Amino acid sequence: MSAVDITADAPAVVVSGLRRAYGERVVIDGLDLRIHRGEFVALLGESGCGKTTLLRALAGLDAVDSGQIDGPAQPAVVFQEHRLLPWYSLWRNVALGLDDTAGRAAAQAALSEVGLGDRLEDWPRNLSGGQAQRVALARALVREPRLLLLDEPFAALDALTRIRMHDLVKQLVATHRPGVLLVTHDVDEAIALAHRALVMRDGVIAREYAVSRAANTNRSHPEAVALRDTLLADLGVASGDAHTRARAA
Amino acid sequence: MSSGATGAVVAVRTPVGAATAGRQPRVGVRTLALSRRALILISWIVPFVVVGLWEILARSGVLSAHVLPAPSKVLGTAVGLVRDGKLIGDMGISLLRAATGFAIGGSIGFALGTLVGFSRLAEAFLDRTIQMIRAIPFLAILPLVIVWFGVDEGGKIFLVSLGVMFPIYINTVLGIRQVDPKLVELGRVAGLSDWGVVRHIILPGALPSILAGIRYALAISWLALVVAETIATSSGIGFLAMDAREFLRIDVIVLAIVIYAGVGVLSDAIARALERRLLSWHPNYAGAKR
Repeated sequence: MSAVDITADAPAVVVSGLRRAYGERVVIDGLDLRIHRGEFVALLGESGCGKTTLLRALAGLDAVDSGQIDGPAQPAVVFQEHRLLPWYSLWRNVALGLDDTAGRAAAQAALSEVGLGDRLEDWPRNLSGGQAQRVALARALVREPRLLLLDEPFAALDALTRIRMHDLVKQLVATHRPGVLLVTHDVDEAIALAHRALVMRDGVIAREYAVSRAANTNRSHPEAVALRDTLLADLGVASGDAHTRARAA
Repeated sequence: MSSGATGAVVAVRTPVGAATAGRQPRVGVRTLALSRRALILISWIVPFVVVGLWEILARSGVLSAHVLPAPSKVLGTAVGLVRDGKLIGDMGISLLRAATGFAIGGSIGFALGTLVGFSRLAEAFLDRTIQMIRAIPFLAILPLVIVWFGVDEGGKIFLVSLGVMFPIYINTVLGIRQVDPKLVELGRVAGLSDWGVVRHIILPGALPSILAGIRYALAISWLALVVAETIATSSGIGFLAMDAREFLRIDVIVLAIVIYAGVGVLSDAIARALERRLLSWHPNYAGAKR
C-alpha cells in the first residue's frame, strides 16, 4: 500500500489542540495528530516527553484538560505487559467482553491468525513472553478496532522474538487495516514498522518523517540508515555509534 | 502449601539438580532413596500403627477402660448407636447447625467484605468497628449468647456465624484489594461494564484469598459448634458427649471426639477439593495432590 492510498482512507482518529498538565508541568501542550485507517504511525520521544500520556488519553484511560479527540470510544490497546487474565483460558481472554457463543468463534479465528489456533483451552501461564503478547494482539484485533494503540508492546521481548512479532504485527495491520499508533523507544522498530515516524518534544509533535517502503523492509537501505541518524539526532543521541546507543535507550 | 511433594520426587534421581532448573534443591537427603509412593505409604501406616498400639494397650489392661477404651469398643458403641438411630440424628443436627451458621456468617462476611473491598467510604464506616468486634475472642461471649438465646438453636447458630464471619470478611477485603489494577484497566479497555469488571476480573482475582478464608472459616465453624454444643444443648454430637459424661460412658465420649475430628478432616478435604477445582488456573494449586 502506498502513501496515497493511506491518506485517501477515512481517519481513524483526529486530535486537535490537546492539552494535559500535571499541576504546573504541562505534558501535552496543544498537540494535533491525525491517523488514517490502515496507517501505521510510530511515536518516538525521550522518556517522560508525554508519549504514554498521549496514548492513554487516546485510549480513554486518562482525562485531558482541553482539546478534542475525534475517534472511536473504544480503541484497542496492547500494553507492554500482556495483561492476560490468568484465570481464563486463551480463548476466553481473547473473547473478553464479547458474548460467549459469538466470542468463541471470533477468538478462534483471531488466535489462528497469530498462530495459536490449537491452544484455545490452554492457560496463559503455559505461554512464553512472545506467545502471551501474540494473544494480547489477538485480543486487541478480535473486535476489528478502528484504532489500535500499541504501548511499547515488544519492549520486554528478546531480540529474535521481537523481529518475529514485527512481521506478525505488520501482516495483521495490513489485513485488518486499523489506524495504528505505536509508542516505542526503539528507532529501528519505528523504521521497520511505520509509514510515518513522529518525534514528540515539548508537548507537541516536533518532527514528522515519512518512512519509505524500502526503509521498512531493508534496515541497511540508505534511506533507512539516513532516517535512523536523523531520528537519533532528534532524540538527542549523536549518530555514528548511534545504533548501539539506540538499543540502550 | 502443597507443592512440596513434587519437589522431593524430582530430586530423587538428579544428583546436582541438573533437571531441577528453577527449583530449589530439596534438603531432605535421607528421603532420596525412597519413592513418592513409599513416602505416602509411610504417612498412612503411622496412624494405623498408633491405633493398633492403642488397641493392644487397652486390651492388655495397661490402659484402663475408665481412661481410654479400646478402639474396637468405641467402634462397637458407634454401631450400636447407629442401630438405635440416635447417632445419625445427632450428627444430622450438628451438621445442620454448622451449615446454617456457616451460610449466615459466610454470607454476611462476604457481603461486608465486598462492600469494604470496593468502597473507601464503606471502609471508613465499617472496617474499624468490625476489627474491634473481631478483637473479642468470640468464644468469650458464650455466657452472653446463652442469656440472649437460651439453649435453643439460635444461640449455637449465632456463635458459629460470628466465628465464620471474620475470616471470610478479612480475606474477601484482602482479595479484592490485591487484584492487579493493570488488569482492571485492561477490562476497561476491553469495554467491560462495571459489573463485567467485577465478574471477570475482580472476583476471580480475589478468589484464592476468599477460598483461603472459607477453609479457615470451616475449621472455626466446627470449633464454635463443639463449644456451643457442650454447654447448652439437648441434642447433637456435643450433647451425646455431655450426656455420656453423666453416665461415665467414656466410649461414647471418645466416639464424639472421633466424629468431631472426622468431620473436621472431611470439611478440610472438601475445601481443598474446591480450591483445586476453582483454582486450576493458578500455578500454586494446579496439580497439587495432597
